[in-house]
Amino acid sequence: MSKSAEEEHPQKAFGWAARDNSGILSPFRFSRRDNGEDDVTLKVLYCGVCHSDLHIARNDWGFTHYPVVPGHEIVGVATKVGKNVKKFKVGDRVGVGVMVGSCKTCECCQQDLENYCPRIIFTYNSHNPDGTRNYGGYSDMIVVDQRYVLRFPDNMPLDAGAPLLCAGITVYSPMKYYGMTEAGKHLGVAGLGGLGHVAVKIGKAFGLKVTVISSSPSKESEAINRLGADSFLVSSDPAKMKSAIGTMDYIIDTVSAVHPLLPLLSLLKVNGKLVTVGLPNKPLELPIFPLILGRKLVGGSDSGGMKETQEMLDFCAKHNIAADIELIRMDDINTAMERLTKSDVRYRFVIDVANSL
Amino acid sequence: MTRLPEEEHTNKAFGWAARDTSGVLSPFKFSRRATGEKDVAFKVLYCGICHSDLHMVKNEWASSVYPLVPGHEIVGEVTEVGSKVQKFKVGDRVGVGCMVGSCHSCNDCTNNLENYCPKLILTYGAKYYDGSITYGGYSDTMVADEHFIVRIPDNLPLDAAAPLLCAGITVYSPLRYYGLDRPDLHIGVVGLGGLGHMAVKFAKALGVKVTVISTSSNKKKEALGNLGADSFLLSRDQDQLQAAKGTLDGIIDTVSAQHPLMPLLGLLKTDGKLVLVGAPEKPLELPAFSLLQGRKLVGGSCIGGMKETEEMVAFAAKHNIKPDIEVIPMDYVNTAMERLLKSDVKYRFVIDIGNTLKATS
Repeated sequence: MSKSAEEEHPQKAFGWAARDNSGILSPFRFSRRDNGEDDVTLKVLYCGVCHSDLHIARNDWGFTHYPVVPGHEIVGVATKVGKNVKKFKVGDRVGVGVMVGSCKTCECCQQDLENYCPRIIFTYNSHNPDGTRNYGGYSDMIVVDQRYVLRFPDNMPLDAGAPLLCAGITVYSPMKYYGMTEAGKHLGVAGLGGLGHVAVKIGKAFGLKVTVISSSPSKESEAINRLGADSFLVSSDPAKMKSAIGTMDYIIDTVSAVHPLLPLLSLLKVNGKLVTVGLPNKPLELPIFPLILGRKLVGGSDSGGMKETQEMLDFCAKHNIAADIELIRMDDINTAMERLTKSDVRYRFVIDVANSL
Repeated sequence: MTRLPEEEHTNKAFGWAARDTSGVLSPFKFSRRATGEKDVAFKVLYCGICHSDLHMVKNEWASSVYPLVPGHEIVGEVTEVGSKVQKFKVGDRVGVGCMVGSCHSCNDCTNNLENYCPKLILTYGAKYYDGSITYGGYSDTMVADEHFIVRIPDNLPLDAAAPLLCAGITVYSPLRYYGLDRPDLHIGVVGLGGLGHMAVKFAKALGVKVTVISTSSNKKKEALGNLGADSFLLSRDQDQLQAAKGTLDGIIDTVSAQHPLMPLLGLLKTDGKLVLVGAPEKPLELPAFSLLQGRKLVGGSCIGGMKETEEMVAFAAKHNIKPDIEVIPMDYVNTAMERLLKSDVKYRFVIDIGNTLKATS
């Protein structure tokens, strides 16, 4: 007979979970494993609310196992470290992102691409090797193998830095991989939400000219004045889109709704690259002629490996980049999720776990 | 008042043209410009039949101007060179591919990417600098700016060299650009026609392991035997697709019919690249998950610049890579087009212009 969530492991834990596809979260008692010799235990201080948390809570992608405790932008302080752990000590400011395990032996793992390991273990809604389910960061503490723990730079605010653990690496990794780092080149950022606003900041730090592409004209002032974008393009304005044809070297497409690719492809110069990091739940339509006639490409990217995530954190700390956040209490989470469905947040909710759970 | 094709230019010319969307070709008298100071004029000996010719004669891309003389895999012997021509002389073996003009000043032209120049002038069916419409290689003579003339090395027979000028460069360029040209790599080639068979030959010469992916099981023997591919995957067979998942570094997809991308993306390893050189008319479905899981990409490519075309021809000469061709007389061209529609050719028709194109009196 399988044990209850409270009994499966030795250490008591407490968090908020969704129980069904209404996605409504409520208090949930469960348990965590003992701190093993390779493990770090974190007392969770803050956890970012990623749009994926919403999708999983509501079973939008069809693979949620309930009860699910979301949260993969977790920041806290180390309270225990196993005897094999050299990189961290008790009291260190640490973070955990979208994954807590991988096979460690495959080609991807060996190349610091644990995020593409076929046996990846996600921070929540995944199976642990012992068969138990794992639970994310909307909780008081978490135990993680040191390989998947990140050191939080000293000058980075813990609350505003939390979203970098998913949103940050999700845009930083493709910007490096697809070569979007040549100062002076022109980057388009489609969508101005959690991912998009961080892409603008990182793009500017790379010395790129950045244009925000959005269907909401009301975001223009924020994009330019607060986030530092160089220009703003209203995607629903045909004349403006036409005048921007063939002007961009790259585009990061953060939009998770189904949307036409042709207008974005038209904005690219020859050899231009459109990288999609959002996850629409239906296939996109890909017109082929524009790809061929301009040698353009559409690529995907999915978070990043551990080494690169640490590199991203250090890069952001150096350039004073953190997310723009709205700090909320744990019991506001359902309201926050509702607002998130309407993109009513500038630009990431972060749960003040330590003070409100 | 517009002049008749015969009277537009100084030099008489003769070829075969399509007159309407039936695409049927028939004898056609027209004219070519006098050889300008930078021009090279040559007697056409052979011209390859590209599938694009078939699309264009039937106006399938809605861009055709009739009468249309197709042909952009043109080879022959130089008969005259302009006073400023440096690289060629009378008697040289030369060819012209898909383009005869570009702006020479934009970023793409400056980077040897004339094929992506916004002011690119195609070899046939396009407006030239003087406002006249260009005519292609299903004709007795050709004249083109020296910049767009390619030398054909002595050890390549002219008839077999012709398809290099479109089919060859169309697959060579993306093998290089997308980095699918190293001996430790494994690629798939989808479709075994004019483009596909060249992709197999170039990839093998580059030391790349090749799997031919096709819907026709009867192509297996050719793929593995004559063309030297390492393996064959029947894309209708789910078990074979499953077994080959995550095994390819890249895929060159030459199929221009509508077809699903998801199974092909599934064959790619992490960081794998699906390159499309065939041009389906309608958009294809792209599931975002298939790209994100594995950081894969779908890219396009269109012929190649002049510098790269020369490099490709030199590479083919060095490695003795020759397209597999069926040489036909000019008056077989309509039958050839019908057979091409059914992919009934191994793997390119080449018109023996020099011996069979006879001017009607």
